[in-house]
This record gives sequence, structure tokens and C-alpha cells, in this order.
Amino acid sequence: MDFDTQKKLVIVGGGPAGLAAALEANRQGIAPDDILIIERDRELGGILNQCIHAGFGLHMFGEELSGPEYSGRFIEDVKKAGIGYVTNSMVLSVSDDRIVTFVSPEMGFVRMKAGAVVLCTGCRERTRGALNIPGTRPAGIYSAGTAQRFVNMEGYMPGKKVVILGSGDIGLIMARRMTLEGAKVLRVCELMPYSGGLARNIAQCLDDFGIPLYLSHTVTEIRGTERVEGVTISKVDENRRPIPGTEEYVECDTLLLSVGLIPENEVAKSAGIQLDRVTGGAVVNQYNETSVPGIFACGNTLHVHDLVDFVTKEAYMAGASAAKFVQNGGKFGEDDKDCGEISCRATGGVRYIVPQKIVKSTKAPEELKFFFRVDNIYKKVKIELRCGGETIKSVSKRSVAPGEMESLVLNAADCAKVYDKNAGELEITLVQNA
Amino acid sequence: MTTKTLTCIVCPVGCQLEVTLDEQGKVQNITGNTCKRGYAYAETEFTNPTRTLTSTVKLTGSDTDILLPVRTASPIPKGKLFEAMTVLNQITVSAPVKIGDVVCADLVGTGIPLVACKNVG
Ligand SMILES: Cc1cc2nc3c(=O)[nH]c(=O)nc-3n(C[C@H](O)[C@H](O)[C@H](O)COP(=O)(O)OP(=O)(O)OC[C@H]3O[C@@H](n4cnc5c(N)ncnc54)[C@H](O)[C@@H]3O)c2cc1C
Ligand code: SF4
Repeated sequence: MDFDTQKKLVIVGGGPAGLAAALEANRQGIAPDDILIIERDRELGGILNQCIHAGFGLHMFGEELSGPEYSGRFIEDVKKAGIGYVTNSMVLSVSDDRIVTFVSPEMGFVRMKAGAVVLCTGCRERTRGALNIPGTRPAGIYSAGTAQRFVNMEGYMPGKKVVILGSGDIGLIMARRMTLEGAKVLRVCELMPYSGGLARNIAQCLDDFGIPLYLSHTVTEIRGTERVEGVTISKVDENRRPIPGTEEYVECDTLLLSVGLIPENEVAKSAGIQLDRVTGGAVVNQYNETSVPGIFACGNTLHVHDLVDFVTKEAYMAGASAAKFVQNGGKFGEDDKDCGEISCRATGGVRYIVPQKIVKSTKAPEELKFFFRVDNIYKKVKIELRCGGETIKSVSKRSVAPGEMESLVLNAADCAKVYDKNAGELEITLVQNA
Repeated sequence: MTTKTLTCIVCPVGCQLEVTLDEQGKVQNITGNTCKRGYAYAETEFTNPTRTLTSTVKLTGSDTDILLPVRTASPIPKGKLFEAMTVLNQITVSAPVKIGDVVCADLVGTGIPLVACKNVG
């Protein structure tokens, strides 16, 4: 295949993941002008530019920053290091031999050969279409993230009387934000019997302003011709089906949907990367490498994170791996020989695990990190990692919830144990404590 | 004696705190907190509840941004949030701005400054 130009490392997306991956690859010895971050928005920083509330960076910096302050630190570092970046530039595709095709106002239509590619394209919001609420199609229905961008960056108020469907963190944060800006948030409805958002956000975004949260409720109809005039809200049964007779009509001019995020993977698909049906992101090994050698993924494009701090940490790993891949001619280390794989299986209440597989080399690694989510709220459980019939690690938890990502770290001794088992599979599972 | 429950908002863990108050409404006992910050939070929550306010002010002189994200340098009394919002709606800042620049030195008589949260221009 032909191409116009080349770089050792191309990073697709300039959000927190892209910035951290670039910085770490640079620290590992890739020259700053051998790296290119390609960002389609007008500036670096990703979704954090619109997340103006505080609550970022507790793990990374020991203080609570707003979104722009958090990403601002990494943008500064990228600029100081002289790492290359282009904005207003959109990656159209990446081929399986790592030719990145993108359009940019300065460079035009470019085909760039990359030594390694890190996909950091973030996630997008589920939309109303994905939910199929019956009724008309008037103006005034927004995803919570779109409303967040309007209010916080573009200076528009989406409406005055607001109902929010979905109690994920973005919905909760927007309930407070709209209230502070003078709107009346009438209620937040949640289909599930529990909120997917953090307890602190229910306290400081709803309770503080007297906004009621209706659990096990959903919007069953939208009314209005030009503009939303109201919505019908119904209680749902344990199978999440609306219960006839519980309908209640609420007059409002705006409906915000905060019904979940899905990894953005158009670029990954163009490279023929294998995706995980549960996460919606790529299947990766412990180096954050996808099924296509030399293409890595991290951040919300891989699996949706609740805390940006973990995005940054994951991106450091991906950036370091990509640097090694480039420097060692497609290998991750001295002992990197094909010694088979261990696949990671989520069982007993665990929904998914990232990484989905461990590629073995001649020597066991010093550390292995697993991230996962559970499928329900469980109290008093043990999280167990098992391999070859033995429980390698067990951690007790007071409670786990789908809204919070869990992690498990194996130290060198535990990694050695897993290797010694010579099993093709390991599993992470939940066990009810007495 | 009365007991009240509240959610600690200091960090994402969100511990459920049980606070025992005497007849005068003074805090007698706090349980459920995982760390000291939770204890301090419950105490102020029953004496002088405070919140960090984050919002935006108008920005001129930038090609890209028309709003500047801002925050109070430290938490302000919860009862003053809406008064503070009316003040914020009157403020216009011109670029260039750096993170930490003081946008308003004393927000609604709290003595607490409002600071910029983004580098622009
Ligand atoms: C609306 C919304 C609100 C959120 N609020 C919070 C919150 O309050 N707290 C929190 O901790 N987390 C929040 N999150 C999660 C947050 O996204 C992550 O914490 C973090 O920003 C993820 O970083 P990222 O770099 O993976 O993705 P992003 O920050 O989304 O960055 C991805 C970047 O890739 C770019 N991109 C995508 N495709 C292409 C392409 N083809 N070519 C070029 N560039 C491309 C995008 O423009 C974007 O800048 C929120 C997410 C969303 C969607
Ligand atoms: S008590 Fe401590 S650990 Fe618990 S939510 Fe408050 S600050 Fe966090």
C-alpha cells in the first residue's frame, strides 16, 4: 500500500487517554516529533472540556479538579514536551497494516504509515433511537451530554422545565447544572431499582436542590408537536415493563436522556479489530494491544470508565506498550516468544473483564491488572480470581455495583502461580460471603 | 437525641454517615465514615454546610471559547449558591486567561475568590 508520510506513533483522539498515551510513549523514548495526536474537535482535552464540575484527579493528583483543569495539566505537558498534534482533524480509517487515513485543514487528505497506533476515541451517548420511546418527535429532547456541551461551552440553555431520564452521573450532574442556571428540574426517572450514579452525586446534585429521584420509573410517552409539551411517566415491574395504570403526565419543555455510554469504535472497525460484545470495545491483551498487532486501545473507547484517573492510568500502560512495540520491532520484551494465551472469563455476576486475554511469554510478568464490572448490586461478596482449579486471589468487598468499575491486581508471585497452572483460561467470579 | 443519615460527598466512595444530634442540634456522635474527612464533613454539614460552586462566565477575545469555566477556590456556604450565580451571570472576562487567575476576589461577601479553570488564548 502507498502512503504520503510516516510517524512512529499515531494517537487517534486527543482526550485524557490520548494525551496520557502520548506523554508516556514520549517518556519511554519515542521522540516528540515522531508522535502525532489527531483530534477532530477544535481543541485537545476531549469530553472533559465540557465537564466543568469538580471531581476529577483525586487518584492522580490527590485533589479534586474540574474537567478542564484536569485535562489542562496534560495539555500543558504535551505542549512542553513538544509532542505533535493536529486539531479539527478527523481520522477516517486505519488499515490492518497501520496506515492511518485522516483529513486535516492544514495537511489536507493524508495517508500516514504508523509504527504503532493507539486508539483513544472515547465513547458516545446512547440516543433516544436506542430506547424507542413512543410518541411524537418534537424539539426539546437531548442527550445529557449534548445539553452539557450547550450549557457549558456554547452558552445555550436547552429549556426551562426539565425531566431527566436515567440517573447516571452525567444526568445527575446536569440536573444540578440546569437548576443552577435557572431551570426547574422536575424529576429524574430511573428504570432500574437503583441509580447508576455515585451516591455523592445523588446527595449533592439532587437532594441539595430537592429534585426527586423516581427509581423503577420510565418515560412511556412524549407529547408535543413543535416542542416537547410533556411526558408520561410510568412505574415499571421487576422485568422493567411499564405497569398499566401507573401513568402520570408531567408537563415539561425538555427531556434529557442519560441512558448510558457506548465506546466509539468506528475507527477500530475499519481496521477489522475484534470487538467484545459486552464492553462494545476492542478485545485486548495485557499490553492493551487489540487483535491487530501494533494497534492499541485505551480509555473509554476500550470500556466505559467512571473516573478519568483510571483512564489516564490505563493510557499510560497503552502508551508504554506502543513505545515498546515500536522500539523492539513488534515485541514487548526479551522473553516475548509465542507461548500461548490465557483467556479471561467473567463468571458468577461479573459482566466483563479487561484485558480479555493474557499472551504468555517465557517469563511470568511482574504484575497483571484486571478491570471489570458486575451485573447487579451485591452485598458482602468475595471477588475471586481462579486458574486451573485454584483460587489465586480473593478480595472481600462490602458491596459492589454495576456503576462502579472494580479492579484486581496480581503481584509477581500470583502471576507466577497463574503461569505454573499452564491453563488456557482464568476466571474472575463473585462468591457470596456468609 | 436524634440520629440522621447523610451521604458523605467528599470523595467518590460516598460513605453513608449516621450522625447523632442532641436537643440543641449539636453533633454528639458520627459513625459510618471511613476516614477523618467524612467526620469533618458531617460536622460542618450540621453547622455551616458548604459546597464548591462550578459554573461559567462570559469570555471575550478568544477565537474558540465564548465561556470560561470557573470555580470557587474553596467551598462557599450552601445557602449562597444562587446569589453567587446571579453575580456570575454579570461577569465578563477577556482572554488570555490562565488556570487559577482570580475572576472575582470576594464572591458574595464570603471572602472566597472565584478562579478560572481553563487556559484560553
Ligand atoms: C457526556 C460525558 C460526560 C462525562 N462526564 C464525566 C464526569 O463527570 N466524570 C468523569 O470522571 N468522567 C466523565 N465522563 C467519562 C469521561 O469520558 C472519561 O472520564 C474521559 O474523558 C475519557 O477519556 P477518553 O480520552 O477515553 O475519551 P474522550 O475524553 O471522549 O476523548 C476522545 C477524543 O477522541 C476524539 N475522537 C473520536 N473519534 C475521533 C476520530 N475519528 N478522529 C479524531 N479524533 C477523534 C474526540 O473528539 C475526543 O476528543 C463523561 C463522558 C461523557 C461522554
Ligand atoms: S468518609 Fe472518607 S472515604 Fe468515606 S466518602 Fe467521606 S471522604 Fe470518602
